[in-house]
Amino acid sequence: MDAIVTVVGKDQVGIIAGVTHELSQAGINILTISQTILDEYFTMIMKVDLGGMILARQELNARLEYAGQRLGVQITLIHEEVLKAMHRI
Amino acid sequence: MIYTQNEIEESIRMFRSQRLDIRTITMGISLRDCASDSGETARRRIYDKICRLAEHLVRVGEEISLEYGIPIINKRISVTPMALIAEASSERNYTAFAKTLDHAAKTVGVNFLGGFSALVQKGYTRGDRTLIRSIPQALAETDRVCASVNVGSTSAGINMDAVRQMGYVVKALAHRTASAGGLGCAKLVIFANAVEDNPFMAGAFHGTGEPECVINVGLSGPGVIKSALESVRGERFDVVAETIKKTAFKITRMGELVAREASRRLGVPFGIIDLSLAPTPAVGDSVARIFQELGLEMVGAPGSTAALALLNDAVKKGGIMASSHVGGLSGAFIPVTEDEGMVEAVRAGALTIEKLEAMTCVCSVGLDMIAIPGDTPASTISGLIADEAAIGVTNHKTTAVRLIPVPGKTEGDWVEFGGLLGGGPIMAVSAFGSSAFIDRGGRIPAPVHSFKN
Repeated sequence: MDAIVTVVGKDQVGIIAGVTHELSQAGINILTISQTILDEYFTMIMKVDLGGMILARQELNARLEYAGQRLGVQITLIHEEVLKAMHRI
Repeated sequence: MIYTQNEIEESIRMFRSQRLDIRTITMGISLRDCASDSGETARRRIYDKICRLAEHLVRVGEEISLEYGIPIINKRISVTPMALIAEASSERNYTAFAKTLDHAAKTVGVNFLGGFSALVQKGYTRGDRTLIRSIPQALAETDRVCASVNVGSTSAGINMDAVRQMGYVVKALAHRTASAGGLGCAKLVIFANAVEDNPFMAGAFHGTGEPECVINVGLSGPGVIKSALESVRGERFDVVAETIKKTAFKITRMGELVAREASRRLGVPFGIIDLSLAPTPAVGDSVARIFQELGLEMVGAPGSTAALALLNDAVKKGGIMASSHVGGLSGAFIPVTEDEGMVEAVRAGALTIEKLEAMTCVCSVGLDMIAIPGDTPASTISGLIADEAAIGVTNHKTTAVRLIPVPGKTEGDWVEFGGLLGGGPIMAVSAFGSSAFIDRGGRIPAPVHSFKN
């Protein structure tokens, strides 16, 4: 089961490290990463595989929320099927 | 990356800031095999069947919501119109049946259960009479049961005896729930051309042509439509219609995904998707604000009926393309107390019952969640019901009336129902009487289906 993780916020040292650390701790494999910085704003989009996830979704959401607060970014995880339904015929 | 940044951000914005949600996953359950000449046996069967089939409904809804990151607000149940089931017994009051439904709803954890209903568009059976007589007591003594009565259809005409009676029923129900501002009336819908697969409350019931058990999904998202329209300010109506259609398409596809997943996990067939712009009192979840985005100073201003016609049609077109099974009401709802923008328009004097009635000619449902003076005569309420039914019957569409004559309140007073039902000012109703008209009774014949001018 694939999902898209987006990370948006003001750039600082350690955002990628912080987010990927949380994902690896949860047993989530990263499939692709695209990342840009525009006017000091950091944007990262990752496609991840939730197949090997060892946490419950609620626990993962809570950890990402906490990591986002610590890193000063907004982390969102959206199921790929939702994007497929909305944007692809 | 398979999806562009814009696409991903658009979807996230819809959920996070534009209040897109699955308004309800409604499980339709047939109770036809529960009828018995013993009311007690029937009620035991009803309770057992609902609890058995809907046991996992709430849990599955919550799981899907969490996994997919899509808010699913309500889990609900609709059942076979209770008059059809209860009339096999010889009981003279069906309140006990409503209490059984209430008990079952509470056991499985759904917040509303619809189907304490009777279909009397052409006439009454004994069970229909008993059910309608029981409505005031049944709704006053239960929390989660919703009732509906269908009084007219395009092929049968309008049952004016039922229209007359429903005026009294609405008054009696308001009286019995007076301490809560007549709140019971928010759980009663009077329909013409009622649909059998509507997942939205209070008018949901499981029609006789429906399967044993089915999953219907109701979607909402007025905030998403409004936001989409912000990007086409000043553009021609062709562009407006196209924008609404595309947005409705995306929303409906998301709903279909959830519906199919819920159906698979519950082992119950998928019925329909109902994409209806259903407001809540929350800011940013208003249908009225869409009218302002379209260029009207307030909803109710001249042009409002045309705006609603466009909105309703474009929503339907987008939804129909997105799902193979669109049903229910599918369009735009214009309740008053449930929509902060409607409430503001009423307070400003921009919106009257008469304008709302005109608008119901071109949208889903009808005079919905309107608080009126507590001393409004039953015959006036019946007159309003008759007018709405005539609009539905003549125009081949569903219309409905959900009026709340708030005991002890008069025009301009404020009533608060709380939660999703909201609150609003008491609206003025015509002071001119309809009693001699309503007292005639009988049936208004079905309209002619040709010679349309």
